[in-house]
Amino acid sequence: MSPGPAAAIAAAVRAGERSAASAVQESLTAIAAGADLGAFNAVTAEAALARAEAIDSAVAAGEDPGPLAGVPVALKDNICTRGTPTTCSSRILEGWEPPYDATVVDLLNAAGAVVVGKTNMDEFAMGSSTENSAFGPTRNPHDPGRVPGGSSGGSAAAVAGGLTPLALASDTGGSIRQPAALCGIVGMKPTYGRVSRYGLVAFASSLDQIGPMARTVTDAALLYSVIAGHDPLDSTSIPEPVGNLNGALAGDVDGLRVGIVTELCGEGIDGDVLARLEAAAGALASAGAEVGEVSVPAAVFGLSAYFLIAPAEASSNLARYDGVRYGLRVPAPGAVDMNVATRTAGFGDEVKRRIMLGSFALSAGYYEAYYGKALKVRTLVMRDFAAAYERFDVLLAPTSPSVAFRFGERTANPLTMYLSDVCTVASNLAGHPAISVPFGSGADGLPVGVQVMAPALGEDVMFRAAAALERLLPGTQPAAARAGSAGAVTKGTAP
Amino acid sequence: MSNRPGGGADIVWEAGSPGLDAPAGTEWEMVIGLEVHAELLTRTKLFSASANSFGGEPNSHIDPVCLGLPGTLPVLNRHAVELAIRVGLALGAEVQPSIFARKNYYYPDMPKNYQISQYDRPINVGGSLELPSGKVVGIVRAHLEEDTGKSTHVGGAGRIDDAAWSLVDYNRAGVPLLEIVSHPDLRSAAEAREYVTELRATLLAVGASDGKMEEGSLRVDANVSVRPLGSPELGTRCEIKNVNSLRSLGRAVTFEARRQIELLSSGERVTQQTRHWNEDTGRTSALRSKEEATDYRYFPEPDLVPLAPDPAWIEQIRAGLPLLPRQRRHRLAAATGQPPARLALVVERGQDELALEATEAGADPEAVLKHLEQNLADGTDRLTAAGLAELITMEQSGELTSNQVKEVLAEMVTSGESPATVARRAGFESVGAGELAGVVDRIIGEHPAEWQRLCAGDDRERKKMRGFFTGQVMRATKGQANGRDVAALLADRAGTDGL
Repeated sequence: MSPGPAAAIAAAVRAGERSAASAVQESLTAIAAGADLGAFNAVTAEAALARAEAIDSAVAAGEDPGPLAGVPVALKDNICTRGTPTTCSSRILEGWEPPYDATVVDLLNAAGAVVVGKTNMDEFAMGSSTENSAFGPTRNPHDPGRVPGGSSGGSAAAVAGGLTPLALASDTGGSIRQPAALCGIVGMKPTYGRVSRYGLVAFASSLDQIGPMARTVTDAALLYSVIAGHDPLDSTSIPEPVGNLNGALAGDVDGLRVGIVTELCGEGIDGDVLARLEAAAGALASAGAEVGEVSVPAAVFGLSAYFLIAPAEASSNLARYDGVRYGLRVPAPGAVDMNVATRTAGFGDEVKRRIMLGSFALSAGYYEAYYGKALKVRTLVMRDFAAAYERFDVLLAPTSPSVAFRFGERTANPLTMYLSDVCTVASNLAGHPAISVPFGSGADGLPVGVQVMAPALGEDVMFRAAAALERLLPGTQPAAARAGSAGAVTKGTAP
Repeated sequence: MSNRPGGGADIVWEAGSPGLDAPAGTEWEMVIGLEVHAELLTRTKLFSASANSFGGEPNSHIDPVCLGLPGTLPVLNRHAVELAIRVGLALGAEVQPSIFARKNYYYPDMPKNYQISQYDRPINVGGSLELPSGKVVGIVRAHLEEDTGKSTHVGGAGRIDDAAWSLVDYNRAGVPLLEIVSHPDLRSAAEAREYVTELRATLLAVGASDGKMEEGSLRVDANVSVRPLGSPELGTRCEIKNVNSLRSLGRAVTFEARRQIELLSSGERVTQQTRHWNEDTGRTSALRSKEEATDYRYFPEPDLVPLAPDPAWIEQIRAGLPLLPRQRRHRLAAATGQPPARLALVVERGQDELALEATEAGADPEAVLKHLEQNLADGTDRLTAAGLAELITMEQSGELTSNQVKEVLAEMVTSGESPATVARRAGFESVGAGELAGVVDRIIGEHPAEWQRLCAGDDRERKKMRGFFTGQVMRATKGQANGRDVAALLADRAGTDGL
């Protein structure tokens, strides 16, 4: 089992075999070389190097900086960092610096990790291509003419491009897993409540979850283990302790019951993607897993429910950006005019579209028909999953209906873009953990991800299946073949 | 338009009075329901750790959560929940599992542009409040929510739309509020005031709020409608805001009811509106109509989990509740034989315990209440129940005159001494019966002509001479004679009972 580049750095730094400063410098150099990827909104080089030196001093003094000692980590730009701008790739947060760190940032620091910068994203995490960023797109390291997926495209490109071994991102309807699949890396959404949301700028509170992106399953598990756990600052945080995952990562899948979700393997899913899913299922079966098919009927309605619930919560969560207290203010005579002018200038089209959609869904007279019905569908999704998990330990599905698409390909029709999330939203609606693992390539040699889903707090069995898939893929190298060769992506057709 | 108190507490207007164009004899009834917002006496805010305290430099009691900064999350204050439950239990409400909801609307002093409140599942449902008059007012609900900040609009007419600029103080943002909603059971301004007074006393008794209307820790919105007396249907209501004192409440609902009666009496309709009470003009004016009302787009607050207080905890809170004003009135009523309405004042002043003890010590209940009501408005301080009972005995046996009793009582309040000690030191030696008879006889002997007029004169003459002799006796005894004893002696000497 490959320990993964992050684990390797941490082990070397803890053993005094390598300095944190060198690891951080290497990452900063790669970030500079890969600037054309557009992965970062901000690079905190000075602070990162200072912190690396402090870690090296600690090691020299005989202290253990923690399980992520000296490991450079990129943060999606919706995770609050004290004194460093946190923009959500939106103009509306222009100039705002949080006066506090997110809980996950505290946990990273306590584990010896070094934050090197903030990554690009679809504005307020609304999108599936990172084309909705106010600061320009991020390119897919595998093909600069294609999107990295979204909304966590910056974090995915940073890890896939070898700029950082690890990144944190957020997943509301697939925003970690889909870009991970499109960029050929591992991306995981934990059980809702497993990782504190304190300091994550909210998109849809009942769906948002922070999770890891890494080049290997082991590295993803390592980062997950650091950030998971109860946080009294998040009322939806789960109090149960987090178990050790080492056994799961090393364990086999003999007898593991794996269900392929039939509803997510039909119409709308590209053949090359389905071929890789079948290959993954076959590999698991050959390793002793009991693979079967399972119907999760409500999974197909999940997308519609998701596109009512998420915008509804967003319409409320984003109301605070009014120009009164922080961020952008466009002056106008009168408070209401100022609110309107600020929000008109500060939000992009997709954000405005979802605010309107969500406001409508919650309006008097429409609530029951839209939001209320969506909540019922959500209950059905949970019920259908529960039935499926009576027969299977984990479920298998594609992560994305297609490989990475070209810039502009889906921007003309928002509904086409929304379909990018069809395989991932059900886990968010149910609050279940899910992980995307690279499993070879599809059309044009682009990466394809396979998704492993598990019941609530089933991270252990989920990681067991994911680690097995990684081992079973013949001839795999950890993705990010492009580490140190970011110059190869300078030519592109992106807008 | 006449304001006829009539029987009971109802205030009824009679149409056909000047200014009204309705059939003479049409009588109107006022219907009021009140929404009371009480700030809860917690150390910190409802969802964050900054201080819940009145005043302070603007924006000095703030933190990232109550400012609604991006990424922050609310964490419910357990003490606020306990206080809400205390009030619920005091009102006889059902304390139920509840959920928080977001009430969405834009205003600069509301940091998130939504208020975390409770909507279809409030923590307390039902219940009632018994007023001193005996009237029972139904309670719809009492739910938890967060307060907003405070805006100061500078320039223009002082409103947000035309101000030159506005200043916002977020010290109050996130302070826990309990919104207590009554049924439209109140029928007069006096009843509305009585309800708020009783509710405030109840909140104070359970330690939930300091109830300071002048500081805004107790705020009242009034829903007012009118209907023909005897009609079972409710009229169209208006909600009156900016009522900042009990007096304003009375004035505002009275004005508003009259306004509505004038409209209805002249064949017009009442429009459902939110109206603003102006203390200076004594009038209400329209803020917004129902059509313009904000759609709050309520939905369950996803950042908080459902609130389901442990039943054992609720019972523990119930067991720790003090006696409520209503219970104290009834307790004193049982001991004194007086109606609870009369006892409201004594209970409000916290003198009911003293009254009970004095009564139990054998004092005449009526005398005890009379002293508390009339002579002890400024407090009882060091006065003991035993001392009060002893004083009443001395008063009723004629040992002390009523003037002396007042002086002795005042001294007892400050010194805590027994009435005998105070009376002795003050030289209030009572004039003995034999001694007094001697004085009376001596004075009769000294004034034979006047005595003759007293005995033989007409009623007017006799009354005048009775005053003359009483005055002489008082002068001779330096005011220490008991007036009733003097009158009895004079009657005895004159040979008339009804002197």
